Order: sequence, then C-alpha cells, then structure tokens
Amino acid sequence: MNRQNRKTGRRSPVASVALLLVGLLATGGAYAAFTASTASASVDLSSPEVINQGQKLFAANCATCHGQQAQGTQNGPSLIGVGAASVDFQVGTGRMPMQASGPQAPSKPVQFEDAQIKALAAYVASLAPGPAIPSESQISGGDVAAGGELFRINCAMCHNVAGAGGALTEGKYAPVLKGVAPVHVYEAMLTGPQNMPAFNDLNLTPEDKKNIIAYLQYNEQNPSAGGLELGSLGPVSEGLFLWIFGLGGIVALTVWITAKSN
Amino acid sequence: MATNEHGSSDVVPVTPPSGAVVGTGVVPADAFENPGLPPHRPRVTDLDPKKKKRAARFIVAMFWLSVLGSVSAIFAYMFYPIEDGSISSVRLNTLFVGLSIALSLLAIGIAAVHWGKAVMADKEGVDERHPVRGTAATRSRAVEIFKEADEESGFSRRTLIRGGLIASLVAFPLPAIALFRGLAPMDVDPNTELKHTMWKKGLRLTQDPTGTPIKAADVTIGSAFQVIPEGLVDLPEHEKLDAKAKAAVLLVRLKPEDLHWTSKERESWSYDGIVAYSKICTHVGCPVALYEQQTHHLLCPCHQSQFDIANECKVIFGPAARPLPQLPITVDSEGYLVATSDFTQPVGPSFWERSTT
Repeated sequence: MNRQNRKTGRRSPVASVALLLVGLLATGGAYAAFTASTASASVDLSSPEVINQGQKLFAANCATCHGQQAQGTQNGPSLIGVGAASVDFQVGTGRMPMQASGPQAPSKPVQFEDAQIKALAAYVASLAPGPAIPSESQISGGDVAAGGELFRINCAMCHNVAGAGGALTEGKYAPVLKGVAPVHVYEAMLTGPQNMPAFNDLNLTPEDKKNIIAYLQYNEQNPSAGGLELGSLGPVSEGLFLWIFGLGGIVALTVWITAKSN
Repeated sequence: MATNEHGSSDVVPVTPPSGAVVGTGVVPADAFENPGLPPHRPRVTDLDPKKKKRAARFIVAMFWLSVLGSVSAIFAYMFYPIEDGSISSVRLNTLFVGLSIALSLLAIGIAAVHWGKAVMADKEGVDERHPVRGTAATRSRAVEIFKEADEESGFSRRTLIRGGLIASLVAFPLPAIALFRGLAPMDVDPNTELKHTMWKKGLRLTQDPTGTPIKAADVTIGSAFQVIPEGLVDLPEHEKLDAKAKAAVLLVRLKPEDLHWTSKERESWSYDGIVAYSKICTHVGCPVALYEQQTHHLLCPCHQSQFDIANECKVIFGPAARPLPQLPITVDSEGYLVATSDFTQPVGPSFWERSTT
C-alpha cells in the first residue's frame, strides 16, 4: 500500500497526522499565550467601558435566568447587591453559567476569560453596592495556627478537617477545598454561595479569613504527618483499606496455615 | 456402623467400642457412612531430600530474619528518635519501629508454621473420643477426696474461719465500686448536671473561640455563628470543655417570614429572625452544625439526622427522636444578643431520668 502511494506521488497518511498535530500545537500554543497574557492584565472595575462590556456579556449569557436587569426570574435569583465578589466566585470557578438544574451548581471548566469575568463583576457591582473582590494583601500572609482553629470551628463540619469536602442533605455536598484559589475561598466565605452560610466581616474578620486561607494553603503544600492520607476521608477510606488488606491478609495466612503441605 | 441391618427401624443402636459406656446417642438409619481418613499422601519434602534441605534452610533463614527485625527495631528507635515538637519524627519513629517488630514476629510465625508443615514428621494420628462421664469408681473417689479435704481442713467445722474467708472475698471488690463512683460528678447531682447548662438569663451570646459578644446587627441573613456562653473562655481548661460540651449553640438568621412557629411563646424566643439552637444532637450527642442556609436544614454528620430550622428544628430525617432544644434569646440595652433563660429542656441524648416530653 505504502509503496503504491509513493509511486502515485500521494502523501503518506502519517504526514497528514503530523501536519494536523503541528497545526493543533500552533493554534493551542497561541491560544494559551493569549489567554495567559489577558489573565495577568488588571481591569478597572469602575470604568464605564468595562461596565458596558459586562452588561453586554450579561445580557447574552446570564439574563435568561437572572433577568435583563439582573432583577431575578423564576429560574434564578436577583443579583442586585450580591457584589463583584459573588460574580467572581460563581463565574470564576465555572459554577455559573449553570449547565443544568440540580441540587447544586457544580464547579466545572471556566466558561469565560478573566477579563470577561471581571467585566461581568463590574456590571453586577454597578447595580448596587456589595462585597468587592479581595486584594492580594487580603489573602496572603495569615497565621496558620489561628486559621486552623477557626477552620475547625466554622468550616470543618461540612468541608472536612483537611478540606476534603463532604456530603450534605438531598444530594448537596460541600466541595473539596484543595486546589481552590485563595481569592475564591475568600469570596465564598464573604458571600455564602448556594447553601453555604455567609461569614460576614463581623463573624470572621478579614484577618480571620486570611488566617483560614493560610491554613488551607499550608494543608495543601505540606505532606500529611500521619503517612498515607487515603483521601483524608477518615474512617471510611481507612476502614475500607483495613477491611480489604488487613482482613484479606489474615484470611490468606489462615488458608496457608491450614492447607496441607504439598 | 450405620448400615440398616435391623430392618425397617429408623434408628439403630450404636455398638459401643469396647470399654465405653452405652449412652443415649442414636444414629439415624440414613446417616452418611464414615468415609474414614483419606489415604496418606507423602509431601514433596519427604520424597526429595533436596527439597527438605531447602525447607529447613528457609526456616532457619526466617528465624534469623526475625532476629534481624528485633535488632533493627532497637536501631530504628535509636536512629529515628522522637524530637520535641516534630510530628514527622514521630511518624518515622513509629513507622520503622513498628515495621521491624512486625517483621520479627511475622518471621517467627512463618518459620514455625512452615517447620510444622514441611519438615516435622508427617504422620496422621487418631485419638478416639471417649465418654465425658467418668467411671463409677472415679466418681466415688472424687467425692471421697472432697470429704477428706473438708475433714482435714475443718471447712465445715470451723465456722469462724469459714465466715472470715467469705467476708474477705466479699469485701475485696468493694474498693473498685468506690473508685469508679469517683469518676462521676461527686459534689453535684449528675441528674441536675444533665438537665442544666451554663446558660442563664442575661448571659450574652459570644463567638467561639474568642468570646467576643455578638450584636444582633452582626448576624446578617444567611450567616451562621458558632456560639458559646459569655464567660466560658475564662473557665479552667477542664471545666471549659465540660461546659462547652453542653452549652454549644448555633446562631442563624432567617427571614422572619420563613420561620414557622407552633405558639406565640416559641416565637418570642427568637429576635427578628435570629434563632439559637443547641448544637448537641438529641440522638447520641454529636455536634450538629452542618447548616444549609437556603433549605434551612441542619445535618448531623454522625448518623444523618436532619433538623428543619424553619420549623422549630423538627426532625425531618434520621434516627434523632426529638427536635434540637431552642435557646430563648433577646437583645439587651446595648444591642447584644442575650439568653433569656437556660434551655427549657435537657440538651443532648436521652438518659434514664429524663422525663419524656
């Protein structure tokens, strides 16, 4: 077959695959470079131009459920007064736009570029005052020990002491906190997305929030002191491990002891 | 033995082995025939001296491996010491000491079992069962021995000594009762302890763990506060934990129209949609604090009991039998949230003296 192809002057099938690969790499690389450059650009949330852009994005992507003026409909709550922090969390973690109605909106691949998210946030923030997106200094440099205590008192019952998440009622769940950007953790505490209670600045002060983020970061960056984590799920995964390997080992030994020597 | 040689009878008498007492045991006529022992099968180590040698060498090696494990446990303890304040040093210490000791014990076990199975003489012995009841002579001799012992020790005759012995044995376990009683609360009635918490009229609701008092205005709709009574943080550590275990409270704010009350009195226990409920589950006392701010459900993580804050914390799912007790609250002259009394019923799980209301 190959020999015939060469004779007729046709390209080998391998060549077209290679060409496709080169093309994909080039476009993908260019796209990655482009999005990376836009992500680092800072956006002025108060500029009328950005708000205007946000309004257009809102009308095209969010108004079906949240209403043309963000006043809310039967399918979605009013967004007046939820603030830029709420939009940055919901859209920045991919929860909004919602894919399907269900017990809760899951985190999924982010649908917008960073500049677009900021424009949406600017538009919603322009409707009524609300919590703002925290600055870099608000989310770094906290006290890990103090954050750990606050996390165990206020967060660990739902999110698990190691931030591994957990089940709630009727199909809802508290998501895993590993790999969540500090800015999104801060916004979630501040705004109380979905069924999570809100922790305003008089409940958990900005300093407290910073400490909790420091604890989560420390947890993520340091290996478990107790050896294998098994998902940090506690007795469920540890019990299953022992059930299979501990009891399995005992059964295997018992079979060996009582079997006749060959 | 069980062949039906006696005609139509379902039951055949068992022919006793010589010397055995005839009992009442019966063997049904259709019983399986005892197949006897399977034929003896020589082991590879009996047929091949080379394999026997190899098995012996393996056993010796396992015993020495066990020695190695024991020695390495000592070295692991020396070379991976537990350093003060370093959790990872504890991990390495316990890991290597544990592995070494496990190796030494496991190797002894494997060697012993393998010795018994592969090298020790392979012969099957049969020990026939004998009746449990002794012969008449043995039995009467046993009675004789008891009578002799009684006669010689004077156990029946010397009643004072016998009384002393019984009294000392009865008195011996008494200290244990007193010691265990000492573990329970001493100067207070445990019943009162179970029925009352630290909360009382005018005591401010404060934040866990700082003890900062909470203003009604701080509690926005949808927020959840973990609450302890004012003054709890100043208690000595042990008393603090005891008091907190009973008095922990969850404070949330709903829209007032979302709250449904069965009576005007219950409604007066809340303040403008702010409600405070005991965090101690009425099932077995786990802290219930998994609050969903939109459905107003409270979930207990231990056994999945669900309470509905919108309806006086009524149980909507799970094993809990009673709603969570509500802490009656109001606002003082400075705007801080205060309790208007203790809980009106005991918090936490049922206990014997708890009246069922």
